[in-house]
Amino acid sequence: MIKIDRRLIKYFDFITFSLVISLSIIGILTIYSATRPPVESMNHPDFFLKQILWLVASLCCLVLMVLFDYMWIQRFSLYLYIAGMLMLVLVLIIGKSAMGAQRWIEIGPLTFQPSEFFRLIFIISYSAYLTTLREPLSHKTYLKSALLFALLPLILLFKQPDLGTTILFLCIFITLSLIKGINKKFITAALIISIISVPFLGNIVWDKLKDYQKNRLTAFISPDEDIAGIGYHINQSKITIGSGGLTGKGYMKGTQGPLRFLPEKHTDFIFAVYAEEFGFIGSIILVFIYLILFLRGLDTALKAKDEFGRLVATGITAMFFFYFTVNIGMAMGIMPVVGVPLPFVSYGGTALLSNYIAVGILINIRTRRYELFYP
Amino acid sequence: MNQRIIFTRYIIIIFFVIFFFRLWQLQLFDGEKFKNLSEKNRLRIIKTPAPRGIIYDRNGIPLVKNIPFFSVMLNPDELDSIDTSKLADLIGIKEADLIDKIDKQRSSPFVPIKLKIGLTFEEVARIEARKSDFPGVFVDTEVGRNYLFGKTGAHVIGYLGKIRSYQATAIDLKELPQDALIGQWGIEAVFDKELRGMPGERIIEVDAIGRELRLIREVSPIKGKDIYLSIDIDIHKAIEESFGTKAGALVAIKVDTGEVLALESLPSFDPNVFAKGVSYSDWIMLINDPKKPMLNRALQSQYPPGSTFKIIPAIAGLEERVVNNDFSANCSGNLSYGKWNFGCWRKGGHGLVNLHRAIVESCDVYFYELGKRLGIDKIHKYAYAFGLGQKTGLELIPVKEKSGLIPNVSWKEKNKRLPWYLGDTFISSIGQGFVLATPIQMANVTASVVNGGFIYKPSLLFNVKQPSVKIDVAEESLNTIKKAMAGVVNEPGGTAKGAISQTVSIGGKTGTSQVVGKKKGLVAEKYMDHAWFIAFAPVEKPEIALAVFVEHGGGGGAVAAPIAKKAIEAYFKGKLENKNDKNR
Repeated sequence: MIKIDRRLIKYFDFITFSLVISLSIIGILTIYSATRPPVESMNHPDFFLKQILWLVASLCCLVLMVLFDYMWIQRFSLYLYIAGMLMLVLVLIIGKSAMGAQRWIEIGPLTFQPSEFFRLIFIISYSAYLTTLREPLSHKTYLKSALLFALLPLILLFKQPDLGTTILFLCIFITLSLIKGINKKFITAALIISIISVPFLGNIVWDKLKDYQKNRLTAFISPDEDIAGIGYHINQSKITIGSGGLTGKGYMKGTQGPLRFLPEKHTDFIFAVYAEEFGFIGSIILVFIYLILFLRGLDTALKAKDEFGRLVATGITAMFFFYFTVNIGMAMGIMPVVGVPLPFVSYGGTALLSNYIAVGILINIRTRRYELFYP
Repeated sequence: MNQRIIFTRYIIIIFFVIFFFRLWQLQLFDGEKFKNLSEKNRLRIIKTPAPRGIIYDRNGIPLVKNIPFFSVMLNPDELDSIDTSKLADLIGIKEADLIDKIDKQRSSPFVPIKLKIGLTFEEVARIEARKSDFPGVFVDTEVGRNYLFGKTGAHVIGYLGKIRSYQATAIDLKELPQDALIGQWGIEAVFDKELRGMPGERIIEVDAIGRELRLIREVSPIKGKDIYLSIDIDIHKAIEESFGTKAGALVAIKVDTGEVLALESLPSFDPNVFAKGVSYSDWIMLINDPKKPMLNRALQSQYPPGSTFKIIPAIAGLEERVVNNDFSANCSGNLSYGKWNFGCWRKGGHGLVNLHRAIVESCDVYFYELGKRLGIDKIHKYAYAFGLGQKTGLELIPVKEKSGLIPNVSWKEKNKRLPWYLGDTFISSIGQGFVLATPIQMANVTASVVNGGFIYKPSLLFNVKQPSVKIDVAEESLNTIKKAMAGVVNEPGGTAKGAISQTVSIGGKTGTSQVVGKKKGLVAEKYMDHAWFIAFAPVEKPEIALAVFVEHGGGGGAVAAPIAKKAIEAYFKGKLENKNDKNR
C-alpha cells in the first residue's frame, strides 16, 4: 500500500480536477446526444459507454500521476523520449491506417494513437532539456533542440500524416522556447530567416500534403465556393452552431448531428453539437470553463517550485489551449479544418487518457509547489 | 520567465474575446438565419398530386381514365458509380440524350432526375430486374391519362402535357412540380384548374443523404372536380364513321340551351400519344401532316357557306317586307346584269319560283333578285344579328376561333380598296364571294332560326343553360324558313333527299362552297367544292340543330346531308335508349 501523505490531500488542486471532470461529463452527455440514431427503432451506438470506461481509466491514471513527485519524471525524461520516438517509428511500420492516415496501433480490442502520448513526452523531455540550460536559447542550443525535439518527431508525425498534431507540436515547441527565453540577436535573425523561407518551405510542404489536407485549407479560405464539397464541413458546422440561438434547441433536440448533416459530430465537431443544443448561454459557460482551466494552469506554472515544473505546466496548459483554439476555431469557421479533438469533450480514448495524465502532472506540480514538500 | 508566463495569460484572454464575439455573431446576430438553414437541411416538402377529375359525356359515359404510368429516375448522388452507356442501353435511349437529360435536370444532390417517362410494363420489368447493377436508378409511378375513345372527340377533350417554359411563371402553376402534367388542349386545358384539384403535401424529415426518416405533417390531396360535358360521344362516333376518310367538321347544338351536343373535326389526333409526353418527331409529324389533324375545323375553318347562307337574306326579305310568300322571281338559269352574267346552279332554270320553292330548290336567281331589292347593308344587318361575322365565344384552348366575315360597302372599300358593285351583292346573297363562316357559326345560326330567334353562346358543359339574346325577328318569318327547310329534305325537287330519315323528321339546307371557278376537266379531289349542310330535327319541335362541313366533299346534298342524318339519328337513338333505361 502506498502511504498517502495528508498534505497530498490538503494541497490537492480540486479546482483543476473539478473543471476537467465537468468537461468530461459535458463531453459524455454530448457524445450521447450526437450519436443518437435518427430513428427511435435503431440501436444507440455505444460511443458514450466506451467514453465512460475510458474516463474511469483516465481518472485512475490521474490519481497515479499525483502520487509521486514530478521530479521523478524529470529524471526519466530521456528514456521517455526514446520510448516515444520508438512508438512513432512503430506506428509507421505496423500502424493501422484509416482515412488515408496511419496513426493507430492495435493492441487486442483497443486501438491507440501513439502521437497522443508523445505530445506529453515531448513536453516533458523538452522542458527537462531546457532546464539544463543556464542561459536563454542561443543559436547553438536552439538548433540542437530544434533538431532533437522539433524536426525529428515532426517528420515522423508528418509522415503518418497527422497535419493537426504536427502543427500543434510546432506551436508547443515555439511556446516553450519563448518561455525559456531566446537570445535577442538570435530571435531577430531567426525571424528574418523564417519570413524569407516561408514561401519556399510552404511550397514544399504543400506538395507533400494529401489531397484532403489541401482541400481543408482551401475550404477555409473560401468555404462558400463549393458548399456541397470541400466547404461542406465548415458550412454545416456554422449552421449547427448558429441554429442554437440564445438558449439552444435543448438537450437531445439538435438535428444536425444525428441526421448526419454535420460530419465527425462526436469527435472533431462536438462543440457544434453542444452549441446547437445549449445555445449561446451554454457555449459561453463551456468556453468559460476552459478559460478558468487555462488561467489556473498558468497560475500553477507561476507557483511551481522549480523551472522544470514551470515549463511543464506552461507546456501542458499551452497544449490544451492550442487544441481548444484550433478545434472550436474550426467549428466556428475562423480556422482551417484541421482534425484535432476538443480536449476532455471529444470522443476518443487515447486522447482522454493522455489529457488526464497531463492534468495529473499539472496537479502534481501544484500540489508540490512548496520546496519542503517531499513525501 | 514569470513575466513571460503572465504575458501568455493576456494572449489567452484575447483569444477568448475573439471567441466570444464569434459566438455572439453566429448564435445571436445570425442565429435566425442559421436556424432556417438547419430546418431547410432537415425538412423536405413533397407534393402529392391529386387525382385528376374525370371527364364524362352528357350520358355519364367516362371519356378519360386515370392510369398509372412509369418513369425511370436516378438519384444524382449515385451518379459517379453509374456507367452511362450501359444505363442508356437499359432504358433504350441514346447516351448523348441521357447525359443531356442529367445535365439539364441536375439541381441538387437530393432531387432525383427523370430519365424517361411512359415506360411499358416490359421496360419496367427489365429495369427492376437489373436494379442491383445500377444503384440510384429506380422506377417511379405517376398518374397519367388514358383517353378511352382515342381520336373520337379529341378536339373537344384535348390532352395533358408537361408545363411549358413560358407557362411556368403563371401564378396558379408555380406551386406545381416542374414536370407536372397540365391540360394543354381542349377541355383538359379550359378546366385544368378545376380538374386538377389541390395537390397534397408531405413534410418529411430526411437525413443528409436524403433518406426519409419520419413524417412531420401530411395534407391529403383533394381530388379534382369531375366535368360533365354536353357532348354525346355516340354522336361523335356516328360522325367519325360517316365521314370516313373525308376531312371536315360537324357541330351540333341543343337548340333550347346552347349546349354543344357534338363538335367533331376530322381528321383527328390520338390524345394518348400526348399523354405519355409526345416525342419531338411525333409532334413535328402531327404539325406538318398535310391533312392538318391538329386544326379544329369546327372553329377555325372559315369558308363561303354557299347556299346555306340563303336563309339569312330570306329572313331579311320577310322582315323588311321586301318579299312575302307571293313574291316570285322568274329563273331562266341566269341573270344578266350589265356585261356580267350570274348563273343559277341549274342551267335550265327553275321557272317561276316563290320564297319557299327558292329555298327548297336552292334557286340562285331568286336570291340575286332578293339581294338586289334588299341591298348589302340589310343582309349584313341580319347576318350579324344571327351571329355571323363574329366569334360565337366557345372557348377551347389553345384553339383560336375564327370570326368569319360578312362583307359590306365600307369593308370592301377599306380592305380591297374597291367600290361595292351590285354583283358583289348578288354573290353575297348566295353565300359566295367574300362571305365566310365557320361550322360552329352555321350551327348556331340554324339553332337560332328554329328556336324562335334566341341566340346562345355555345357551351360544352352539360345542363348549363347559357344566357341568350332574342333576335328582333318575327316568329312568323322564322316559321316560314323552317317550313322551307323541311321542304329541302322532304319535298319533291328538294336538294337534300339524302337526309330523309326513317326515325325522325329532318329539315335542312344544302350549300356548296366553290373552290375554283367552274373550269372543266379539273376532277382531282383538291379541286372539288366544299360541301355544307345545315339541319335541324325534329321538324315539329326542333331539339337539335347542326352544321356539317366537308372539305372537297362536292355537293352539299349528296355528301353532307347523309352525315347530318346519321348524327341526328345517333342523338335520338341515344335519347330513346336513355328513356328505356329509366323506364326499366
